[in-house]
Amino acid sequence: MNTLKPKERMQIQRNEMPEQKPEERVHNFNEVPLGFDPEMAVLEATRCLDCKKPECIAGCPVGIDIPGFLNKIVDQDFAGAAAKIRETNFLPAICGRVCPQDQQCELVCIVGRKNKPVSIGYLERFVSDYERDNGIRTTPEVAPPTGHSMAVVGSGPAGLTAAYELRKRGHEVTVFEAFHRGGGVLVYGIPRFRLPLEVIDEDIRTLEEMGVKFQYDAIVGKSMTLDELMGPEFGFSSIFLGTGAGLPKMLGIKGENLNGIYSANEYLTRIYMMGALHFPEYVTPIHQGAKVGVIGAGNTAMDVARTAKRMGAEVTVYYRRSREEAPARKEELRHATEEFINFKFLTNPVEFIGDENYTLKAIKCEVMTLAEPDESGRRKPIGTGEFFTEDVDTVVFSLGCNVNPIIAEATPELKTDKWGVVSADRGTLETSKKGVFAGGDIITGGAKVITAMGQAKIAAQAMHDYVMSLEMETA
Amino acid sequence: MPKQFEILYREELVPKTVLFNVYAPLAARAMQAGQFIILRVTEKGERIPISISGWDSEKGTVRIILMAAGRTSTEATLLQVGDCFQDIVGPLGRRSHVEELPGTVVVIGGGYGTGAILPTARDMKALGNKVIGIIGARSDNLLLLEDEMSDICDEVFITTNDGSKGIQGFVTHALEQIVNRETVSYVLAVGPVPMMKAVSEMTRPLKIQTWVSLNAIMVDGTGMCGACRCTVGDKTRFACIHGPDFNGHEVDFAELVARQKMFLKEEKIAMDALKIEEVA
Ligand SMILES: Cc1cc2nc3c(=O)[nH]c(=O)nc-3n(C[C@H](O)[C@H](O)[C@H](O)COP(=O)(O)OP(=O)(O)OC[C@H]3O[C@@H](n4cnc5c(N)ncnc54)[C@H](O)[C@@H]3O)c2cc1C
Ligand SMILES: Cc1cc2nc3c(=O)[nH]c(=O)nc-3n(C[C@H](O)[C@H](O)[C@H](O)COP(=O)(O)OP(=O)(O)OC[C@H]3O[C@@H](n4cnc5c(N)ncnc54)[C@H](O)[C@@H]3O)c2cc1C
Ligand code: SF4
Ligand code: FES
Repeated sequence: MNTLKPKERMQIQRNEMPEQKPEERVHNFNEVPLGFDPEMAVLEATRCLDCKKPECIAGCPVGIDIPGFLNKIVDQDFAGAAAKIRETNFLPAICGRVCPQDQQCELVCIVGRKNKPVSIGYLERFVSDYERDNGIRTTPEVAPPTGHSMAVVGSGPAGLTAAYELRKRGHEVTVFEAFHRGGGVLVYGIPRFRLPLEVIDEDIRTLEEMGVKFQYDAIVGKSMTLDELMGPEFGFSSIFLGTGAGLPKMLGIKGENLNGIYSANEYLTRIYMMGALHFPEYVTPIHQGAKVGVIGAGNTAMDVARTAKRMGAEVTVYYRRSREEAPARKEELRHATEEFINFKFLTNPVEFIGDENYTLKAIKCEVMTLAEPDESGRRKPIGTGEFFTEDVDTVVFSLGCNVNPIIAEATPELKTDKWGVVSADRGTLETSKKGVFAGGDIITGGAKVITAMGQAKIAAQAMHDYVMSLEMETA
Repeated sequence: MPKQFEILYREELVPKTVLFNVYAPLAARAMQAGQFIILRVTEKGERIPISISGWDSEKGTVRIILMAAGRTSTEATLLQVGDCFQDIVGPLGRRSHVEELPGTVVVIGGGYGTGAILPTARDMKALGNKVIGIIGARSDNLLLLEDEMSDICDEVFITTNDGSKGIQGFVTHALEQIVNRETVSYVLAVGPVPMMKAVSEMTRPLKIQTWVSLNAIMVDGTGMCGACRCTVGDKTRFACIHGPDFNGHEVDFAELVARQKMFLKEEKIAMDALKIEEVA
């Protein structure tokens, strides 16, 4: 029980997360925020006003009972707090680390009006880490068998969440994953210093304990069609597509295929999923020079820049707008700046210059300026006609992704827009193909972990309703 | 039932080149001519793309031919019957272009490429085309799959650089004889880049439809990373999802060769590490 009066709670200052110092952390791949200890967590949770109309819940895309779990922390019932979160969010250790709380729950937290908001994200992380570190996590309950089996395609946050929600309702679930391991972007994109592998693997293990089957090295659309999955050979009643976006957008400028230029996906996949940071113990190589340029200023670009720094380079970020427009989370920009990353705002790469061996040597940029805000309020960058050229050994571009065409090519009935984004019904997330539902980056073209999870929950419920109504029809 | 990715058959065809029959039912079930798989040998291993030279969807097996080029392919060729690959994923890439044609179809293989062209040759034959095969090697003792080529094709030309068998010289010498003799409508060439380039140069003025399979460096093989990008017809294409076969007359081969060398330094380190492990 929180015995402090609201006024007293408002006076407690936000507990700042202890972090590795920049000088140290640029030499390792360990997590930057070190985590709360139990005392700090209890004190921080005590700051919550337990609002009658909690704005934070409305701000959370999956509606976690935030004051509910914070109260349990105050009572030092950390396992209970974790269980409370898991009622709505299956992946709290992941979300606690990668969700942009500053744009969601913490943005609207009432305490934030007068003081700094409650550290909801760090507390979410704290309770799930406490559970893992103390080995007290329990396997979630599974309802009695429904007799249906469901196929989940992709093992990113959308697929893992769909698998959990469907299994919980008593369906047999098989996850098909193209890669040799599960996790999707959580493993091949997001760096280890933001999200350690153990965290992801623990969640996959929990699903296995619940009886979810994982079929790795399986490319749906190539190994089998969606119709075959729902046909007699495989016998699935319904399919969830959570295959993400994952087709890197190219710059479309001269020299983009020179040696030394990577997409963010390739760069991060080599280093994290394939283990090039432990080369040659892990056999996949990465070739990186002393000077690395990163193009773009979103979260992915920050991840690349900070990774390149840890791999020993001097790193410069090139972005055609100004710092204010940079789409990355504020914390990521801060971390990158602290880690001695150089930023060149209002610079737009126009050409890569190579030598006779097709090896990148320099980058040519145009100096940009921002136009007056247009109707949408956005200030468009426009060229000034002034150019400069700089030496660079490696460039990684991070311009976002289109949707992978493999499944759509194999499934003509599946409607997509011109970027390959799969269309789904707003209410049920059913696609234009009967029995096939979708969620995550495949229907947004690229969003957030928590949006992918929220959509997977909606789709899983709709899939459940769909197969149960099939039964009614046949009965 | 065999284990996942278990090696059921192994044969060293020529020195450093090994044919494997592997249990990989998901890769085998929908395989088509011209497609490939990606494999890993160990848990810490690299993913490398390998063409398919045959498969049995019923038995769930794929047949691959591996040439020991560097670290991973060398490790792979050391595996024995009963061993398992760490991973095999496929089918990847698009099916080779096949159609019924008025003139002759010529399929050309160099090195492991001879295995890769077999399924396409078979499909072309099944459509009623006249199919001629050309296989080239440095020397007689390095020729692959001659018998099988002869079974499928109406005629097979052999070329060796040293003249120890067939026509002395390159596959283009055989191709030249064929185009001088009859109307050729289609050429598919799979093998080392200089060979594919030479074939494409030769057929360009003759306006013969020519396909080459691009052995770009790959990571995922599903379009996610762009490692395999090539310039074809002045456009950036991903070899893994838009290919691996492309119009040979439009491919920027010089860029492909350069990109294949991107990790030369690291490849040597990885290979040396393997030697050290072996000694230990
Ligand atoms: C570098 C980077 C950093 C990011 N940082 C953040 C962050 O801090 N916070 C945040 O909220 N979001 C972040 N995002 C975005 C977030 O990761 C994605 O929105 C989220 O992962 C989408 O989840 P998903 O399940 O839809 O797809 P993915 O995570 O992309 O998973 C899709 C899975 O499907 C598999 N697959 C694809 N095709 C097939 C097929 N045909 N058959 C079988 N399997 C297939 C893929 O291999 C993959 O494993 C980041 C993204 C990147 C790239
Ligand atoms: C579509 C396709 C089909 C192929 N089919 C076959 C086949 O049937 N049999 C066969 O023996 N080989 C085949 N290859 C080539 C094979 O993938 C490379 O020989 C192999 O990756 C070399 O790896 P390594 O570690 O042994 O050698 P490394 O020492 O790493 O490299 C030797 C050379 O191989 C190339 N290479 C290296 N890594 C890769 C990679 N990840 N992907 C592609 N090329 C790479 C580079 O040009 C390099 O210089 C194919 C390649 C492609 C793209
Ligand atoms: S808005 Fe802030 S203070 Fe109110 S319940 Fe949510 S976390 Fe607590
Ligand atoms: S290998 Fe990654 S996109 Fe082709």
